[in-house]
Parts: sequence; structure tokens; C-alpha cells
Amino acid sequence: MNSALLVNIARFILLLAAQILIFNNMRFLGYINPYPYMLFIILYPVNGNKYGLLGASFLLGIILDMFCNSGGVHAAACILLAFYRPYIFKFSFGLSYEYQTVRLNDVLTPERFSFILIAVVLHHFVLFLLEIFKFTFILEILLKTVASSIFTILLCILIIYIIKPGRR
Amino acid sequence: MQQIFNFIFKNSYRLLFLLLLIVSLTLTIQSHSYHRSKVISSANFLSGGVYERINNINEYLSLKGQNDELAAENARLKSLLYNQKDTTKIPVDSIKGVDKINLIPSKVIHNSYNVYENYLTINSGSAAGVKADMGVVNSAGIVGIIDKTSKNYATVLSILNVKSQINAKIKKSNHFGSLIWDGKSTGFVQLIDVPRLASVRKGDTIVTGGQSVIFPPNIGIGTINNVYVDNKTNYYTLNIKLFNDMTNLGHVYVIKSKDREELIKLEKKDHE
Repeated sequence: MNSALLVNIARFILLLAAQILIFNNMRFLGYINPYPYMLFIILYPVNGNKYGLLGASFLLGIILDMFCNSGGVHAAACILLAFYRPYIFKFSFGLSYEYQTVRLNDVLTPERFSFILIAVVLHHFVLFLLEIFKFTFILEILLKTVASSIFTILLCILIIYIIKPGRR
Repeated sequence: MQQIFNFIFKNSYRLLFLLLLIVSLTLTIQSHSYHRSKVISSANFLSGGVYERINNINEYLSLKGQNDELAAENARLKSLLYNQKDTTKIPVDSIKGVDKINLIPSKVIHNSYNVYENYLTINSGSAAGVKADMGVVNSAGIVGIIDKTSKNYATVLSILNVKSQINAKIKKSNHFGSLIWDGKSTGFVQLIDVPRLASVRKGDTIVTGGQSVIFPPNIGIGTINNVYVDNKTNYYTLNIKLFNDMTNLGHVYVIKSKDREELIKLEKKDHE
């Protein structure tokens, strides 16, 4: 239990640092930015403390907002994802997900992929909706969501595969 | 009473979620409504310090370009100085102008240009005399307006921000307009509300208008790249190619006008 907590704290700091130092400076094609820091919320233990997840997600988002000068955009997207995570689990893995041990950081299966896909798209859509904050830009919002989601999903899967051996 | 407690206890998870959501949405709406009301900004000890460290490393990579730029600016200033000696008649206004304006040298430690509302972070703050609503320029032209300050850092509302609106004019004909950004390209901004009477041609220079305390007049912005007529208002909208490469900024200057306090006080009196 204690080691799980430590792993989560380390993940929190490392993903946040990687996001600020590397991924925020990517600007692929001028405007596409990946946001793999949200992997923290995806990889949080399934039967972990849900209050802890909500609090940590808020903290994660608000620190990133501080660095991006974006108000509370990331924080809002993060807590929405944290709150709806159980529902996405239910949708992807079936009703009894809590009794099976769902491991996300493992070989990619259709269930795992669908979970990551839904989580990333939800997070990014809320993020860009709040960031641009104008319904007249709805096409740009959708375009940015799709483009950045593809990028983020690829990076998330890559990161999961890279850190997998250490976790076992 | 018991029931209220029961309700809170039962729904505590949902209530915590709603509370956090309201907090973050409030912060978001505040950041969109007006730039002064922002609470969370990168002008603080933590993020300012981190950005400064990163910049210290990145600086080495662009050292040559920065040096060239500064050398070019030096050369230009020297030529101005020598030219002024030659002419016996120095315009009175320019002397007053020099006296009135102080420049605070500073360095961009974080630059964003890929979202609709872009901010820069610079490494001088209230300790150096930087205050909100001061103009920021570099050797090529305008960069933005100071937004938030802390002791050692300040954030700058970039001209590449859809919220930014700066008074500007056509250098040749003195017709004024508002400088905005449509959020599309980092190399171009738009000058709107230019009267149809103005003669505009591709390649004309656009400079600051000097109708506010933020920027003194005649600081370069860019050249006209495209002219089209706004169908709704029947005014010209000009697409302007910036002198500055906003994606690559190093040394900047914060403009501190000595008339600032006086003018702000005067304008406040007007509103009362």
C-alpha cells in the first residue's frame, strides 16, 4: 500500500515535470501540443482512494495552469476526467471491473485502448473548450481535440510500454 | 439538522467534485474576462524560478543570434546618435521624449505562441519598477503589455493574444486603427477599423499610435501584407506582417513613462 502511494507521488512529479519541460514546448505544426501528464489520472489505481484522486487531479491541473497562464482550464479538465473515470471503466471493461484486477500498464488490449481513447478525448475536449471559450470557434476546438488526442494517445501508449518492465 | 449532515456525509464525494469544479471554472472565467483579475499566473516564485532555470540552459543555444541582434541594435542607435550630432536643429519634442521615458531591460524566460491567449514571462518584476499595463518592446518592435507582476517576475500579455487590443496607425498617413490578433498565424496580426479614406498600400509601415500611456508613438509593428474591406462595418481590415519573430524572443525592454501616474490620475478624475 505504501509503495503504491510512493509510485503515485513519483508519477505525479515526473509527469508534471515532463509536461512542463518537454511536451509544452513541442508545438507540432505550430499548434498541436500533446498532454500526456493526464496519464497520472489514467494510471491511478482502480480501487485507490477516490477523494485522493480528485484532490491530486485538481492539484495537478492547477500547477500546470500556473505554468501555462491559463486560469483554471487544466484543473477543470482534470477533475472532470477524475470524476467520470469510474463510468469510463464501466463502459470499457464491463460492469464487474472492480472485482477483476484491471491493470492498465500492461499489453494493449481493445478494452485498455478504448479506455485511454475515451479518457483522452474527454479531457482534451473540455480543455480546449474552456481554453478557447467561444462557440464560434467550435470547428477549431474539434480540430484541436482530434489532432492533439491522436498525439497524446500515441505518447501515452509509448510511455506505458516504456515504464512497464519496472512496474512488474 | 441531522438530515443535512447525513446528506453532506452521503454525497461528500460529489460535493467535493462540485466544489473543485466551481473553483476551477471561476478561475477559467476570470482569466477570460479581463486580464487584471487573474489569480493564477506564472509570475510567481515557483514557476518563475523554474522557467528562469530552463532559460539559463536554453540561452546558450541562441547566444549567437542574440548577440547579432544586440549588435545590430547598437549599430542602429550609434547611427542615430551620430546623425543627431550632424543636424544643428534638434527637435524639442524628441528631447522631451527621451527625458520622459525610462527603459527597463529584461529577458523573456518563457514564451508561448500556440494557444489563443498567449502570455510571456519576463525576469524583472515590481522590484525593478515594472507595473501592470506597461508596454514591452524589443529591438524590432512591440511585444506586448505587462499583465501581472510579482517581486522578480512579470507576465506579458503578448500581441499574439486574442484579448490584446493596441492603438496603432499607418506611419505615412496617420490614420488610426486597433491592432488585434485573429489567432491564426504567429507572423501576422490585424489592424481593424481603419477608415476607408486612408490610402493604404501593400508594404506600408504600421507603427504605434501613442494615444495611450502604454506605448510612446512611432514604435515599429510591421508592414501591410493584405488589405480587405470588412463587409459589416465598411472599414478596412489590414493584415500586418510583424517585424518581430514572436516565436523567438530574447532581450526586451519595459517602457516606463514618467507621465504615467499623472495621466492615470487625470483619467480617473474624469470618471468620477
